[in-house]
Amino acid sequence: MSATNTDPRPKASASRRHRLAERGIDTQLLMLIPALLFGLLLFVYPFTYGIGLTFQPLPRTQEQWGGGVFANYVAFFKDPFLFDSVWITMRLALPVALFNVLVSVPIAFKLRHRFRGKRLLSTLLVLPITLGTVLTAQGLLIFGGRQGWVNRFLMEAGIIDQPFPIVNNYLGVMLSLIISGFPFAFLLISSYLSGIDPAIEAAAKTLGANWKQRFRRIILPLLAPGLATTFILTFVLAFSVFPSARLVGDALGETRVMALMAYRAFGEQQDYAMASTIAIMMGVVELVVIAVVLLWRSFLYKGTTGGKG
Amino acid sequence: MAITPMVESAPEPGPARKGGRKPYAKPSRPPGERALIASPGTWFVWAGIAAFFIFLFGIISSVVVDSFGKPWFDTWLPETFTLDWYTGAWERFNLSQIVLVTLGASFTVVVLSILIGVPAAYVLARRDFPFKKLVTVLFLLPVLMPPITYGIPLATVMYNFGLGRTVLAVILVNLVPSVPFVILTMTPFIEQINPAIENAARMSGANMRRVFTRILAPLLVPGILAAAILVLVRTVGMFELTYLVSGPTSDTLVVAIYRAMTSSGGGEARQLVSSMGVLYTAMMLTILVVALRFVNPTQLVARVKESRDD
Repeated sequence: MSATNTDPRPKASASRRHRLAERGIDTQLLMLIPALLFGLLLFVYPFTYGIGLTFQPLPRTQEQWGGGVFANYVAFFKDPFLFDSVWITMRLALPVALFNVLVSVPIAFKLRHRFRGKRLLSTLLVLPITLGTVLTAQGLLIFGGRQGWVNRFLMEAGIIDQPFPIVNNYLGVMLSLIISGFPFAFLLISSYLSGIDPAIEAAAKTLGANWKQRFRRIILPLLAPGLATTFILTFVLAFSVFPSARLVGDALGETRVMALMAYRAFGEQQDYAMASTIAIMMGVVELVVIAVVLLWRSFLYKGTTGGKG
Repeated sequence: MAITPMVESAPEPGPARKGGRKPYAKPSRPPGERALIASPGTWFVWAGIAAFFIFLFGIISSVVVDSFGKPWFDTWLPETFTLDWYTGAWERFNLSQIVLVTLGASFTVVVLSILIGVPAAYVLARRDFPFKKLVTVLFLLPVLMPPITYGIPLATVMYNFGLGRTVLAVILVNLVPSVPFVILTMTPFIEQINPAIENAARMSGANMRRVFTRILAPLLVPGILAAAILVLVRTVGMFELTYLVSGPTSDTLVVAIYRAMTSSGGGEARQLVSSMGVLYTAMMLTILVVALRFVNPTQLVARVKESRDD
């Protein structure tokens, strides 16, 4: 209350401080320093170091593939064992991300109103987060394995007479990605939906728009940016899949994803240069997909719809 | 999905009601209003949810049953139930140390990322300064990139500095996604706090530190709690980054489970892995149950929305 500022500040530096402050620089910015230091030391430095490393291929890579300092990249694009992993990853991550988003929309749309047990449902949907990829994999292996409950049920019901291969293939990885990614997509889309002002839809209703028209003309355009964001986030989650591709997938065959190849180069072959190359190509591929989605999104309505985005 | 059939007959609202819930194509309804009967769309929604939960509970309960069952081969349920797998796994994998490392490293990451992230989020939310865009991109990149992309170069640097396989490396590596995460969630949260409150405190002579401790901290507590819990869950569950730098003495629980599942020679006994998995889920569940008492998962986003309105 009576705390008056009696700090006798030196007047000489005041003007300089003023000039800097007018450009937005003053002592408050010091609070940014720990975060900046962190960013530079733990992100920028290792990352540039990694990019540098990709141009220092091991002698054996150079001998096999040629190309001088670009040997790692030559190897990446020419070695079918490596390059095919790009398609394998895309074939897994894109359908999963699309599925998660497209299935979440009608479900979130149906469940956006208040109903009994809504809180229970959203609590249950958080459960998969507690499982983590490794445990989901273990559960799928037991639940969907040859002796698992699914096959046992299907066989005793007489639907199939041979155990249906659910795990150790593409389907297993896909299921595990859906189980971990779907709740996330659902929660995000629900919160985007709740950000759309119900008055807009009510207005359309009074003007005689039916359910399909309202969805097509009102909800979808307003939701589209949120859909793009959700798609990107679930895609990122599915794209860097690694444990489940190894555990419930077919690690040398149809689920030989890029992340797996990067780890193999890093851990088993100790070829840090090659590992960095694959890792950085992974980032490039992912950024391309994100850029395409964002480009598409830039053609859409850009006002505020509430929600975050 | 639900397509209302065309109505051709004359509108006779009264007597048709007899058939129970059948006012499907009733012209008496206001235009655009849907019938109450379960449409194919509703069936689709509930079937989808049911399928999802059947799988989810199947996965969870088969792991739990597996971890308690003694011999479980080709029957619906194991013959007897026992706790042996838990005691076995505890000794076999030195779990007390692993749990200690997991919790210790995770809490350190939480505290550090809050301490680093919140002041930065404050500056980003309140101030305009040169190169602000660049700084924002710097904090956005680790969130957008797949963890492996920066993880492998980072791990290489760690090994070069002789930090490989230490707990310190595990902590540092996990900070990389956590700090930007705190900054990104806290910035909109701080934006919603009315700056007039801080200005009033400054007018009354409070310096920056007192503004932070007396004014901002109490207002920020819900946001910080939410961010802290999310970081904690992410760090405990983080596999990709931790796996790259951890070793036998610094493995977190997830990594230990993975190593047990893939160890050379066909992996450990399945039941031992299952019991570790149950332990992991129990730990996560405890954290989340405590967390849900403080924050609602959708609230973090919704709260931002409310702030944008005014």
